[in-house]
Amino acid sequence: MVSPWILLSTPNPHRLPSTIAREDEHLLVAAAKAGDLTAFEELVSRYERKIFRLTMNITGNREDAEDAMQDAFLKSYSHLKTFQGDSRFYTWLVRIAANEALMRLRKRRPNQFSLDEPIAGEEDEFPHELKDWGPSPEQRFAQTEMRDILSGVMQELEPEYRTVFVLRDIEELSTEETAAAVGISVPAVKSRLLRARLKLREKLNRYFQQGRTH
Amino acid sequence: MNCDGVIHELSNFIDGELDSAMKRELESHLTDCEDCRLVVDQTKKTVEIFCDCEPIELPVDVRTRLHEALRRKLREAAK
Repeated sequence: MVSPWILLSTPNPHRLPSTIAREDEHLLVAAAKAGDLTAFEELVSRYERKIFRLTMNITGNREDAEDAMQDAFLKSYSHLKTFQGDSRFYTWLVRIAANEALMRLRKRRPNQFSLDEPIAGEEDEFPHELKDWGPSPEQRFAQTEMRDILSGVMQELEPEYRTVFVLRDIEELSTEETAAAVGISVPAVKSRLLRARLKLREKLNRYFQQGRTH
Repeated sequence: MNCDGVIHELSNFIDGELDSAMKRELESHLTDCEDCRLVVDQTKKTVEIFCDCEPIELPVDVRTRLHEALRRKLREAAK
């Protein structure tokens, strides 16, 4: 049997770029379940950047994000046989990674937040700071600068809102999947998503308002 | 529908989850209310910008440690 170490460290010249091969996910999962280690390696390579972004967004801490990502991939491998294929593998992986990230966030801030309880003051509130952004405000910034802005405003958001926004809007989980991943009700997801979107809009307003120089 | 109603339904509107009567009501308010138009457009834009932002390359040291951990795991599994 070929050593898995070699399989992971040898580039596969026939590998398709991830964006092209996305639709073959179920084939890779089936192969990985049957013991094909290169198939699992392909799944990891395909999703490692996105999973790291997810764990970074939730934890806001590089060390925790790295640990959460690593454990998410290791757990997904260990539990691969229990994956039934009811959802996409990626959605399943996101749920595992979100749980790992949330565990670390709770550990680091045990008294600072709870995703389980209603948040006071969740009532709708008409936004202030209404300034025109002009067309394509993001294009006024270099790509790296824009990334820093988005990362900064995301981390200013309270974890309760941040987590729901990341799962629902960035990872594109459904409202129900987000509720299940976080362990809150569907109405609570909807309420927090609205607040998260409004808060992020307001934070971006600092950078995007027309006539602002940077 | 008033401005508070628009905010209340904002996510449903952006996500295309409003029934057609409610959608028409909201859109009718938007034609007359510049503030709500700004909020709706900018909130949509906010979601789009975050969605469109590609994840950065995994830092080399992070990727190395991830793959080393996987190799150990796969070695164990192969035994």
